[in-house]
Amino acid sequence: MSTVLSRATARMVPLQIDGDELQVPEGSTILQACRGRGLDTPTLCYLETLTPVNVCRVCVVEVEGSRVLVPACSRKVEPGMKVKTDSERVRHSRRMVLEFLASSVDLSLTGPAVKGWMDQYGVQPERYGPAAATQAGERDRAHAGHHHPPDPSHAATVRQPVKIDNELYVRDYSKCILCFKCVEACGADAQNTFAITVAGRGFDARISTEFAVGLPQSACVYCGNCIGVCPTGALMFKSEYDMRQAATWDESRQQVTSTICGYCGVGCTLDLHVQDNTIVKVTSPLDHDVTRGHLCIKGRFGFQFVQNREPDSGRPRNPRP
Amino acid sequence: MDIKVAGPPASAEEMAAVDELLGPAQSGWQGGTQSPRDQRVAFGGRSARSQRHLLLPALHAIQDRIGWISEGALGYLCARLTIPPADAYGVASGYALLSLEPRPPLTVHVCDDIACLGSGAERLGRELEQRLGPEGKPARPSSGSATWLRGPCLGLCDRAPAALVQQAGVPSRRFETGLAPVSSDEIVALVEGRLSRLEGPQSIPQAGDPGLRLLRRIGVVDPEDLDSYRAAGGYSALRRAFELEPDGVIREVTDSKLLGRGGAAFPTGRKWEAVAKSTVRPRYLVCNADESEPGTFKDRVVMEADPFAVVEAMTIAGYAAGCEKGYLYVRGEYPLARRRIEHAIRQATDRGLLGLDILGRGVSFDIEVRRGGGAYICGEETALFNSIEGKRGEPRNKPPFPVQSGLFGKPTLVNNVETLINILDIVVDGGRAFAATGTADSTGTRLFCLSGAVRRPGLYEVPMGTTLRQLIDLAGGFRGKLQALLLGGAAGNFVTEAQFDLPLTFEATRAAGVTLGSGVVMAFDESVDLQAIVLRIARFFRDESCGQCVPCRVGTVRQEEALIRLVSGRVIGSRERETALLADVNQAMRDASICGLGQTAGSAVESAIRLGLFQPNGGSRR
Ligand SMILES: Cc1cc2nc3c(=O)[nH]c(=O)nc-3n(C[C@H](O)[C@H](O)[C@H](O)COP(=O)(O)O)c2cc1C
Ligand code: SF4
Ligand code: FES
Repeated sequence: MSTVLSRATARMVPLQIDGDELQVPEGSTILQACRGRGLDTPTLCYLETLTPVNVCRVCVVEVEGSRVLVPACSRKVEPGMKVKTDSERVRHSRRMVLEFLASSVDLSLTGPAVKGWMDQYGVQPERYGPAAATQAGERDRAHAGHHHPPDPSHAATVRQPVKIDNELYVRDYSKCILCFKCVEACGADAQNTFAITVAGRGFDARISTEFAVGLPQSACVYCGNCIGVCPTGALMFKSEYDMRQAATWDESRQQVTSTICGYCGVGCTLDLHVQDNTIVKVTSPLDHDVTRGHLCIKGRFGFQFVQNREPDSGRPRNPRP
Repeated sequence: MDIKVAGPPASAEEMAAVDELLGPAQSGWQGGTQSPRDQRVAFGGRSARSQRHLLLPALHAIQDRIGWISEGALGYLCARLTIPPADAYGVASGYALLSLEPRPPLTVHVCDDIACLGSGAERLGRELEQRLGPEGKPARPSSGSATWLRGPCLGLCDRAPAALVQQAGVPSRRFETGLAPVSSDEIVALVEGRLSRLEGPQSIPQAGDPGLRLLRRIGVVDPEDLDSYRAAGGYSALRRAFELEPDGVIREVTDSKLLGRGGAAFPTGRKWEAVAKSTVRPRYLVCNADESEPGTFKDRVVMEADPFAVVEAMTIAGYAAGCEKGYLYVRGEYPLARRRIEHAIRQATDRGLLGLDILGRGVSFDIEVRRGGGAYICGEETALFNSIEGKRGEPRNKPPFPVQSGLFGKPTLVNNVETLINILDIVVDGGRAFAATGTADSTGTRLFCLSGAVRRPGLYEVPMGTTLRQLIDLAGGFRGKLQALLLGGAAGNFVTEAQFDLPLTFEATRAAGVTLGSGVVMAFDESVDLQAIVLRIARFFRDESCGQCVPCRVGTVRQEEALIRLVSGRVIGSRERETALLADVNQAMRDASICGLGQTAGSAVESAIRLGLFQPNGGSRR
């Protein structure tokens, strides 16, 4: 709502993008200006509903007068700014960021847009050597400022065993690009629970609870908002994970039904993802003014009662016979 | 905010360690004993949450007392300070000097960084492995009470090889000290409880030369005696500053054309003016004494030998820029510097030179010392703010700049130790007189840290514009046949004899594509394995990256891997392909990283390759 208001009253800022003059409302980011012109600008750590952390650096652009490239997602436009979004330097850094991630992280479940950018920028993750394996628990115990000499014939990766410690969701940090989104959603940007953090430093930095304890021992309240913002499939509904393991997960056979959560009076919109007449996960639309994509444990996971069946007939069980 | 603290309870000793810093717990909610009153009184809200900045001091308190930080200890600390345990763990796990796994109370950190590597650190490490067992494990002859670890530069490079000893325990038993030069005999004796020795002598060949600006009091003034400092002219600058009033002081600083000595060479006067003009209150002054650039020890020497000068200069800066509070952030590996500065602050406060009404002028200013936890990145100014605030030591995005929004989100003036002590002469002699030394664009003198294969390693002060050759002559010339010289630190560049007539100024070095950095001049003779040095630099950046941004987090790993492949000959494709890959990695780190760490992580490596110092079998001519 505030953006609508400010749009009406904001002053316009003149700037140049790739040689074209344009005006955008004061306070806009370079990314907003680029997207407004239909320029495809890759982003990974950026999400409309969270504070920009500008850490992935895939959105960088060249701004005249700046020694280094600047992140489009967080840098505000300034009058007279001259921006280049497709210079050699920009393309190089975008390619390298994607190459660094693709060579160290499992991006197999990261959306199709990322695959498109990888083709567009000519990413070659193989050139760092075959992926190295990690031993269980090793990354969780890494001590800041120390690392074992690497095996140079392999490219170091964040590969590690999947963490399954509860019935609601799994954490597969082999897929984590450290975009900080889950930490923000768990913290001050949405849930204010602060169950997870970034721990360690450098390549050993990782998303962790205190002393890497399991989620049941942590402060986690299972709102699942971290799953809602995760762009890589590192955080996943246990229901989805189990079906993928069993090779029964099939998005082409899924329907999405919108409804309103009946647990309390807030009225959050729920998108029920249904495959074969069974709810397999629940999300909420990002652009919804009530939820902004966030839910609580009841709306997110409390759907099993809908589909409990009579043991013999297989028909839905009537809660009040 | 609800704090869920599960896990085992803290031991009595762990609680005592935290209480030693924070005082006893006020209620059951804070981890203390439960009382009926707890049910009726609320302990929470803003005042509880606003203690976050005490997190790092409290983590140090536990580490100092116990030798490591357990789950129970962290939980108690979180209850005391209203910090979510995950957050506190995230912060603690970013500091190399804090251990989150059991560790014996006596730890010997043995430097294996570039200066020490050129002076026998590798052999020292091998001897320790034989005599004490592998690093990080309880040392064999110590019955579980001691361990040793390799680590990055300790800032004792003039006396390499070096070690830092930390003995945890109750206040009367604990101690911390640097040892340099150190031998395996000494470390073994220490581990067996047979040795206690204080730090070795300073190595400041020019100490006390009255013609110098920055080092003239060193060795002349008793660093623990304010009267001795005053007898040498101390505190005349503060009096003069009061006469000039803030505007006058800032005018002199601007006229002096002083550029920051912390690495970025930003005009000091401009920063001071920006903070002084701000209408926001409070404002803060931060003295950056984190000095962790390998090969650098200038700020340590100044703080150890002339601490009152730092305190006086900070007072002037606080007065001129209108800051009501100053923080001095000193790296955790500098115990003596910290003690001396803390002592100087206490004496100055007792004598009315700090505090509410300084010299009866109605000016108030206080200085608090904060101690780093072993993280090079916390020298980056915005990471340093986060560290003081009790957050992870990760740089912030700029803009906004510190003068607009710095420590605690307030306008902040941040200056390096060496930058600040230049202020004393600027105020007393005037900015123009100061600018008469040096060149038009690089005024004044500069401290250089000479180490490695020179005859008299140590700290030197020379006018800006002195050539590298003159500086090396001052140190007695090279020891042995020179192979290469590292200028500016690990974030600097290698240079060869062809560049020895380069005047050491900001403008000349910039034009030559090199940097003065933190004033490091490290010489390597032919006996040194230069490939090992270059690899160590790559390892340093891989270890010290905060991990926030992709180009630096992964780029530093890919750089180290490619260098090891080149050394071992197990290249992917061809050598040319590997060097092209290194160039690609370097360019992305330089262009797209958030902060100076990533942006310079490939520069020394790049120069070594360009100068042919990193040849297939070159360098290892031992
Ligand atoms: C990785 C990194 C480490 C740094 N370490 C230090 C340091 O130890 N001491 C210091 O004064 N400046 C350091 N700096 C520079 C500071 O960010 C800042 O520019 C400086 O403290 C400003 O003071 P000056 O203007 O007096 O130089 C570092 C910068 C980076 C990027
Ligand atoms: S460049 Fe390196 S140290 Fe700096 S913010 Fe990025 S990851 Fe952290
Ligand atoms: S999207 Fe801008 S830095 Fe990640």
